[in-house]
Amino acid sequence: MYQHTRFTSNNFSFFQKFKNFDYILLTCIVLLGSISLVTMYSTDGGKILFHTKSHFTKLIVFTLMMLIFSFINIKFWFLFGYIFYLSVIGLLVWTYLFGIKSSGSQRWIDLYFINLQPSELMKICIIMCLAKYFHRMKLENVNSIYTILTSLIIIILPMGLVIVQPDLGTSLLIAISGIAVLWFAGVNHKYFIYTMLGFLISLPFIISFLKPYQKLRVLTFLNPDRDPLGAGYQIIQSKIAVGSGGIFGKGFLKGTQSYLEFLPEKHTDFIFTLFSEEFGFVGSAFLLLIYAIIIYRIVAVGASSRSYFAKLFCYSFGASIFVYITINMSMVLGLLPIVGSPLPIMSYGGSSMLATMFGFGVVMSAKVHNQQAIA
Amino acid sequence: MINSSSDNVKKLNSINRRMFITGSLKFFIMIGLISRLFFLQIKENKKYLTLSDKNRIREWKLAPVRGEFHDYFGNIIAGNFEAYQLHIIPEQVEDFRYVIYRVKDLLELSDKEFKRILKKKKEKKPWETLIVSDNLDWKKFSKINNHLYDLNGVKPVISISRNYPYKDNFTHLLGYVSQANEMDIENSEMIKKNFVPGLKVGKVGLEKSFENKLIGTNDIERYEVNAYGRRISQLEFQKGEKGKNLKLTVDTKVQQLANELLKDKAGSICVMDIFTGSIVAMHSSPSFDPNLFVFGISQDDWQLIRNDPMKPLVNKTLQGNYSPGSTIKPIVALSALENGIINTNFTVKCTGKTEMYGQTYHCWKKKGHGFVSLRNAMKQSCDTYFYEIARLLGVDKLSETAKKFGLGEKVFGDLFEIEKKGLIPNTTWKKNFLGKGWLLGETIITGIGQGYIQTTPIQLCLMTAQIANGGYKIYPHIVVDDKKIHPQDKFTPLYQNSKNIRIVQDAMFGSTNEVMGTSYKSRIDDPKYQFAGKTGTAQVKKITEKDRELDLKTFQIPYEERDHALYIAYGPYKNPRYALSIIVEHGGNGSTTAAPMAKKLFKLIIDRHVLRNSINDNKYLDI
Repeated sequence: MYQHTRFTSNNFSFFQKFKNFDYILLTCIVLLGSISLVTMYSTDGGKILFHTKSHFTKLIVFTLMMLIFSFINIKFWFLFGYIFYLSVIGLLVWTYLFGIKSSGSQRWIDLYFINLQPSELMKICIIMCLAKYFHRMKLENVNSIYTILTSLIIIILPMGLVIVQPDLGTSLLIAISGIAVLWFAGVNHKYFIYTMLGFLISLPFIISFLKPYQKLRVLTFLNPDRDPLGAGYQIIQSKIAVGSGGIFGKGFLKGTQSYLEFLPEKHTDFIFTLFSEEFGFVGSAFLLLIYAIIIYRIVAVGASSRSYFAKLFCYSFGASIFVYITINMSMVLGLLPIVGSPLPIMSYGGSSMLATMFGFGVVMSAKVHNQQAIA
Repeated sequence: MINSSSDNVKKLNSINRRMFITGSLKFFIMIGLISRLFFLQIKENKKYLTLSDKNRIREWKLAPVRGEFHDYFGNIIAGNFEAYQLHIIPEQVEDFRYVIYRVKDLLELSDKEFKRILKKKKEKKPWETLIVSDNLDWKKFSKINNHLYDLNGVKPVISISRNYPYKDNFTHLLGYVSQANEMDIENSEMIKKNFVPGLKVGKVGLEKSFENKLIGTNDIERYEVNAYGRRISQLEFQKGEKGKNLKLTVDTKVQQLANELLKDKAGSICVMDIFTGSIVAMHSSPSFDPNLFVFGISQDDWQLIRNDPMKPLVNKTLQGNYSPGSTIKPIVALSALENGIINTNFTVKCTGKTEMYGQTYHCWKKKGHGFVSLRNAMKQSCDTYFYEIARLLGVDKLSETAKKFGLGEKVFGDLFEIEKKGLIPNTTWKKNFLGKGWLLGETIITGIGQGYIQTTPIQLCLMTAQIANGGYKIYPHIVVDDKKIHPQDKFTPLYQNSKNIRIVQDAMFGSTNEVMGTSYKSRIDDPKYQFAGKTGTAQVKKITEKDRELDLKTFQIPYEERDHALYIAYGPYKNPRYALSIIVEHGGNGSTTAAPMAKKLFKLIIDRHVLRNSINDNKYLDI
C-alpha cells in the first residue's frame, strides 16, 4: 500500500490529501492569524475600523488560497518555478515604469481591487526559482563558476529592480532568501565566508553611497538619543512601549504608547511593539513560540519530503521566515537599524501576507505530496 | 542511475548537514531575542514605565486663589470675585468664522479687539483654549448664555480674579496686581514655582511686599495626553491652597474720609496709633482705581494716569520728600530744651525780619510778633524765634534729635521698596555728599524746616506720635500679627527729661486751642475730641523781594508755585491715642488748608476708637 502510493505518483485521493495535512502548522497559522486580528483591532483603538476589516478579509482570502494551493501537486510548483520568477520580474519592471508613487517610493501596482507590491512576492518566487535551478544539479557542478554566476544574476536582477524603487529593506530580504537557497544547495561555505568578509570591509563605502535618509537611520541606530524627536523617535518610542509592557503587559486595548499615538507605524512594521506593550513578556514569548513552531514544522515538512526541490524550498523558506521575524523584532527592540520589514502575518499589508501564505501553501503542498518524486 | 543515486545521497547529506547548522543558529538567535525581551520588559521595566508615563501624563497648573486683605474690622478691602469669561476651543467649533462673527456681534467688539483675538487664535494650536474676553459684564455674559444654542464650542467660564471693592481708597497702600512678567518670575522663587500663564501678581504696595504669603498654591490637573499634546482624559485633580489672608490695622471709614478730604488735591494723610504704631489710615492723593490693572490697563487709561500733573502713581505718603516747614518746630524746640540751650523763659524779640551773617531772614508775619517765649513762638509759629534757637543749637544737635524721632530713616524698613528716607542734614553729610562746608545760614533755615531738610508724611506722623505718647519709641506697622519683626515689650524713651516733652506738647496744645494759635480756627472744644497740632507751610520756591512786595493771595499764584500746606496733630489732648500728618501739595497755607481736615478726621477717629478698642484683643499694653 505504502509502496504503491510511493511509486504511483499522481493518484492521491482527496481524503488522503486531507489526512496528509500538517495540522500543527495549520493550527499555528490560524492561531497567528487570530492574534494578528486581535492586535489589529487594538491598533484601530478598540473598534472595528478599516484596518481590522481589511486585515480580516485578507486573512480569510489568503488562508483559503493557501488551502487550495496545498491541494495542488508539488510538481506543479516545480514546473512553474521559472515562470513565476519571470512574471514577478515583469511586474517589477512594470512597477518601475508605471507603479504608484507613495511617500517617495514607487513600489505598488494598481490592480483595481488591490495594490500589489511585487517585491514581496519576489521573496517567495526567488526561492522557488533557485530551488528549481538547483534541483537537478549535481553536487560537483554546484560550485562551478557558471552556476554561481547564474544564481547570482537570478538574485541580483530583482534586487536591482527593488533598490531603484527605492526599497533597500525588501531588496536585502530578497537577497537573503536567495542566499539561503544557495547555502542549502551546497555552495562552498568558503564563498559565504569570503562574501561576508568582503561585505564587512566594504561597509563604510556602501554607507557613503546610501541615500541621506538611510544614512540617518544607521546613525540613529548607533545612537538613538542623537535626535530624540526626529530620526531617533521611532526607536525610542518603540523601546519605551516594549519596556513598559512588563511581564504581563498593560492589558488588551490599554497600551498607552499606541493608543496615544506615540508609536509610529503601529499597523505595519511596529505591530509587535504594540502586541508586546499590551501582552508583556509572556505574550511576546508566546508569539515567538508560535513562530518557532511554524518554522520547525516547515523544516520538518522539508525533512519528510521526498523531492529535493521540496526540501530545498522548505528549508530556505523556513530560514527566510526566520530572518524576516528576526529582523523585524531586532528592529523594534532596538537591535538593528530601522529597515522597512514587516512581521509575517502580523503586519498589515496584503502583498506581504499574500507572499507568506503563498509560501505556506507551497510548504503545505509539499507536505501533502511528500511522497511525490520529481524527476 | 547508480551514479545519480549516489549523487542524491551526497546532496541529501549536504543539505541535512547545513540544515543542522542553520537550525542551531536559529536556536541561538531565538534565545537572543528572548533575552532581549527579558532585558527590556523585566529588567528595565521600571525605567521604561516611567518614560511611558512621562510621555502620556502632563500636568496643567491652574492659577492659585490669592489671599485677601481685610481691614481691622474684617471688611474685605482686596478680595476675589468671579470674573465672567468667554473661552473658545477652535477645534470644537464646526464653523469658526460664523461663531466668531456671531460672538463679535453679541459682545459688540470693536474691530481692533476683534483683530487681536484672531491674531491670538493663529498663534495657538486648535485644541488650546482661546480667551475671547476675560472680564465680561453680567449683561453680556447672560446674553452669550442665551445664545449658546447656536454657538457650538463657545464656553462661558467663571474664573476667580482680584477685586478691590473700595476702588481708589487703598490704591497706594495695597498696590495692585497684574499679569506677571519675566522680571517678576525671575525675582521671586514663589512666583516661579506657581507660575501659570495669566497669573496675576502684586506689582507695588503690600500686594508686592506680601506676595509670598498671598500667592497660595496651584491647583494641579493631571491629564493623559497623546503624542500631539491633546488632552485625552483627566487623571487627577489636586486642589491647591488659597493664599493667606492678611488683616491690616487700617480703618476703612477713616481711609475713606481721608480720600474724600483730599479729593481733587494732591497730598497725603496718615493716621497712626501712638502706642501701638498701628497705621489707621494712609492715603495718598490723587489715587486711581487699581481694578483697572487686573486685566491689563488700556492704553488710554494708562496715559491718563501717567500724564496727570498731580502724579497719581507716586505714593506721596512714603515717596514724597517734602520740606517739613514749621511742622519741624516741635523737634527744634525739643532739641533746644534737651540740650539745655533754652528754657521756657527764653524770649526773642521778633520784628518781622532779622539780620544774621549778612543776610536777612523774614518771619511769616511782616509786622513781627514782638517779644515771644517758646510757648508763644510755637503757638504763633514765629520764625524769628526758631532762627535764633536753631543758631544757638547748631544743626548737628538738631539732626540728632530729629533722627531719634524717626526722621531721615525708612519708617517701614524693607516693607515697601518704594519708601524714601527723607533727609536730615548735618555738617558731615554736607561735606560727604556735597563736598562743601556747612554754612551757618543753612542752620537757620533748617530751624523752620526749609533748606536741605526733607521728610516724608509718614515720618512726620511717626514723629508726632512719638511726641504725643510721651516720647517713647514705637514701631509703625500695618499688618496685624506682624509684630514678630518688632518686639515691643518695652517702650524705650527717646527723651532725656520727660518734662521737655510735656513743654512741647503744651505748646502744640496752645497752637490749636488758644487764641492767636495758628490752627485755632480748626479747634474742637469738646475735650473728648480736643487735639493739639502744629501747622506748616513749606515754600517750594525761594521768595524774592518782589514777591514780598506783591504779597499775593494763594489763588493768585500759579499752582506749581504755591506753598505746600502741612499739619501734624495728635488727640485727644487728654489721654491721647492717635497722631496724624496731613500734607496738601501746593495747598497754600497749613492753617487754612490742612488743619481743617484734621478737625474732621479727629471727630471720626475718636468716635471709632471705642469700636476699635473692642476689637483689640489687648495684645498691646494700654498706657
